[in-house]
Amino acid sequence: YISNLQFLSMKIKPEKQYVGFATLPNQVHRKSVKKGFDFTLMVAGESGMGKSTLVNSLFLTDLYKDRKLLNAEERINQTVEIIKHTVDIEEKGVKLKLTIVDTPGFGDAVNNNECWKPITDYIDQQFEQYFRDESGLNRKNIQDNRVHCCLYFIPPFGHGLRPVDVEFMKALHEKVNIIPLIAKADCLTPNEIKKLKDRIREEIDKFGIKVYQFPECDSDEDEEFKQLDKELKECTPFAVIGSNTVVEARGQRVRGRLYPWGIVEVENQSHCDFVKLRNMLIRSHMHDLKDVTCDVHYENYRAQCIQEMTSKLAQDNRMESPIPILPLSTPDVDTEKLIKMKDEEVCKDVI
Amino acid sequence: MAATDVDIFMNEEKRNLSLGGHVGFDSLPDQLVSKSVTQGFCFNILCVGETGIGKSTLMNTLFNTMFENEEASHYQNGVYLRPRTYDLLESNVHLKLTIVDTVGFGDQINKDESYRPIVDYIDTQFENYLQEELKIKRSLFNYHDTRIHICLYFIAPTGHSLKSLDLVTMKKLDSKVNIIPIIAKADTISKSELHKFKIKIMSELVSNGVQIYQFPTDDETVSEINASMNAHLPFAVVGSVEEVKVGNKTVRARQYPWGVVQVENESHCDFVKLREMLIRVNMEDLREQTHARHYELYRRCKLEEMGFKDTDPDSQPFSLQETYEAKRKEFLGDLQRKEEEMRQMFVNKVKETEAELKEKERELHDKFEQLKRMHQDEKRKVEEKRRDLEEEMNAFNRKKVAAETLSLSQPLKKEKDKKKLVKTENQSGVSASSSKVMMAKANVEPLNCQSWWEAIQCCTCLVHNATWKKPGGLF
Repeated sequence: YISNLQFLSMKIKPEKQYVGFATLPNQVHRKSVKKGFDFTLMVAGESGMGKSTLVNSLFLTDLYKDRKLLNAEERINQTVEIIKHTVDIEEKGVKLKLTIVDTPGFGDAVNNNECWKPITDYIDQQFEQYFRDESGLNRKNIQDNRVHCCLYFIPPFGHGLRPVDVEFMKALHEKVNIIPLIAKADCLTPNEIKKLKDRIREEIDKFGIKVYQFPECDSDEDEEFKQLDKELKECTPFAVIGSNTVVEARGQRVRGRLYPWGIVEVENQSHCDFVKLRNMLIRSHMHDLKDVTCDVHYENYRAQCIQEMTSKLAQDNRMESPIPILPLSTPDVDTEKLIKMKDEEVCKDVI
Repeated sequence: MAATDVDIFMNEEKRNLSLGGHVGFDSLPDQLVSKSVTQGFCFNILCVGETGIGKSTLMNTLFNTMFENEEASHYQNGVYLRPRTYDLLESNVHLKLTIVDTVGFGDQINKDESYRPIVDYIDTQFENYLQEELKIKRSLFNYHDTRIHICLYFIAPTGHSLKSLDLVTMKKLDSKVNIIPIIAKADTISKSELHKFKIKIMSELVSNGVQIYQFPTDDETVSEINASMNAHLPFAVVGSVEEVKVGNKTVRARQYPWGVVQVENESHCDFVKLREMLIRVNMEDLREQTHARHYELYRRCKLEEMGFKDTDPDSQPFSLQETYEAKRKEFLGDLQRKEEEMRQMFVNKVKETEAELKEKERELHDKFEQLKRMHQDEKRKVEEKRRDLEEEMNAFNRKKVAAETLSLSQPLKKEKDKKKLVKTENQSGVSASSSKVMMAKANVEPLNCQSWWEAIQCCTCLVHNATWKKPGGLF
């Protein structure tokens, strides 16, 4: 932003009247650095797909220090849990509050009927919480715990999507941005990767799953950017490899996996799509993911919620509790009046 | 010479004798071998593992040939087993190889029943063999033995531990078949991870009481190698049918951007160990174990179920034949009883139906009678009415005729009479007056009108004739 800004100010001739709003981007930048950012990332997939390793590789930290893994016997009837890890990380003065939502137990039991239900419930709960906060009186410190992105790990051992993959994505695609990934991609040769990617893309289309789409780039971007963007889009779903260890390869110390037959480098673009994923997720599209969550998924949830409420209101003629779904802790008279007013406004809009 | 020292009165104990020269029965194994070679061998492998885990590729790699195989889909509703039989020949040894694939294993969302088709298949093969054994006229030497000799269980290379489905399935299978667990697609696990993974898997199997096949260590010629192999379980394998040039050789391998994984390189994976153990060393032992242990267990359970015992309550060995006879009699008795029952039931049903039909018949008959009576009643009534009508008509006609004849003869006399009649009958009703009118008129002229009613209405006649006025004060 700063470099762009300098370029702009040079374009404007000093003789012409200089208003100065060209500094807005700079102001935005400054304020946002001061405020800090937050991002909630969910990872889902069967156990043993390398989710934790990938998260560690993405954010170059160790989030899962003392993790206890269950035995096969304990997992026969396991239910899905939701575990949040929150860390504050900082880079060049920019603070990021990163929350990773883990879903241990997904797909691990023998009977996995509706194993995605705790996950959808969790996402809905966050929406509901935000909805309540947004409708409240004091909105100064709203905490945004909504899930901005869900990385779904598809096993590379099969021939494409399995029924549990399809069901999971269909249950979540209208609640959260889903980015499907091919996990442990070091078990596939380049041909096999291409075949699997094509197959998965086909099946995603066939089953009508709405995964996260990269926004179209502006027509005035340069060709190189457009080319990169195109390559990015053709590369989905990304085939990723993660690593917790640093190895010596080609005279450098890199994150990688050491095999008797060679060394897999996580950040080598010819080995896997890790770099593309990282760039997309963190360096270019993080804010777009947040925007889509706010503007599309949350708005859908909110509209649905309100519709249900108004239809419920039409049914009960009593007006004692204007928002029956959300149990407000201490609804005082003023709040109630305000709520009633807002409700009427909304009713007018909806009807 | 020693041979002539044999005691004719042999007692139960066997004595070891030493031979004076070469007798030649050391060729017995060779005879056995040549017999079995002519007969051909039979081997059945069951591959259990999720779709896409590499079962078909491993089979192709093991036997160095391309068995036809289409890729399975992930969307099967349940697990089903697909056996395929092939005839292989290697330096004059015939092998009838059957490979049984589990299609759809691990794909369903609810995998509670996934193990069942596998167990059923194994039991069915045992059952078929048992049936053949129990036949009166049997040909076991010709029988195509389809009993599963080995189950290769493919474990996904997650690096953590067994999956819950693996544990549940292996527990169900361990008493029915020899299981060798293998880690599939092992080129995704690094050496250190592999070591930990193997230990974890074995400890999980042991702590859950799953019995996997142990390579036999009782035979000195192979005990050493078998023992060392036992320590390498589960084997981490990589399969490939593609050939890659490495150095100046062309080997079966998988080519990655970071290196080439050679299938037959022992430092890359345990494929060679698996092939050695499975095919080159222990194939015959596997067949024996299947027959002597798993099949016998099945047979015993099955026969006990059917009610056979080895010893009867008096601890006397039961003869199979007697038990058989007894069972047969019982069975026939059962059969007869059932037949009787059915016959009774049939007879009862027939009686019931007949009774019903009779009932219905009677009802219909009654109805018919009733209708007939009604009909007759109606008819009678109609007849009566008709007769009444006829009478009326006759009466009327008579009156008419009488009236006519009367008017034609004795018109004056009639008039006088009638006048008197009129006087005396002055008070009588209108009908009397009308008839008087009629008669009055008849004095003067014959009636023009056809009937008396018309006459009354016919003004001309009445007007012409003024005589009616005369009788004095009729009107």
